[in-house]
Amino acid sequence: MSDNKPRPGRGIELVPHNHALGIQTVEIERGMAVLKLPYDQKLVGNPDTGTLHGGAITALLDATSGTAVFSALTQWAPIATLDLRIDYLRAAEAGRDVLCRARCYKLTRNVAFTRAVAYHDSEDDPIASSAGTFMLHTKTGAK
Amino acid sequence: MTIREVFEAAKAAGDLRGMLDAVPYTRFLGLDAEVQAGELITTLRYAPHLIGNPALPALHGGTLGALLESAAIFELIWRSETIVLPKTITFTVDYLRSGAARDTYAHASITRQGRRVANVRVEAWQTDRAMPVATAHAIFLVMRD
Repeated sequence: MSDNKPRPGRGIELVPHNHALGIQTVEIERGMAVLKLPYDQKLVGNPDTGTLHGGAITALLDATSGTAVFSALTQWAPIATLDLRIDYLRAAEAGRDVLCRARCYKLTRNVAFTRAVAYHDSEDDPIASSAGTFMLHTKTGAK
Repeated sequence: MTIREVFEAAKAAGDLRGMLDAVPYTRFLGLDAEVQAGELITTLRYAPHLIGNPALPALHGGTLGALLESAAIFELIWRSETIVLPKTITFTVDYLRSGAARDTYAHASITRQGRRVANVRVEAWQTDRAMPVATAHAIFLVMRD
């Protein structure tokens, strides 16, 4: 589980927007997920520098955090993001893939709490970090 | 032209279209922005690739986040006297309702414009502005490089 080969068939890529962004699964363990956002010209926010738009990083942090929550649940349940707070620490480098590792560090009956870090090579040199909360057992999308 | 020059030109012409077209990611998402009754309204045009939950269906949280962040940046560029590309420092989204498979609108208000930092609040809604699907507050660095 610790190799960096994308593992297909986990469902991440089946989410239309994740598929459109090109997000891939790298690693999933109980309560932890690593996803990859491959660099793509269409996701550039600043054409002068070629850096990715913050929105693409936001989507990656959200998707990875949600995956970590799913992986923490003993039984599958629908979830919905309640809030996501993102610190943008530095620009993503042009031409480079972005990885994101998220942990669901607390699970209560109704709410899951997550932390995530987006980075190129190492979590010690982060691009962005986030704290999120997710509502569990949501029905038909109504919260 | 640099992106800053493109933005200057778009602002001088009073047409945000040129600004949006210059950024690949805003084209990828399908963002539009125009001034309506003195307010800058940013629109996320619905498209199937924006869906995060196909069962409902509902928009991906990341697309709503990107709409809110973009609306805040457009507002800062639109209101400021000199064009500085705002850099997001922190961005906090509250997801209030699931976003249906339809167009979503956003409006940002600058709560404080400082020399180095700007604080912005943003709301996004679909059919009823009084029932927002998501809100955000963001802090931007607005210094020249």
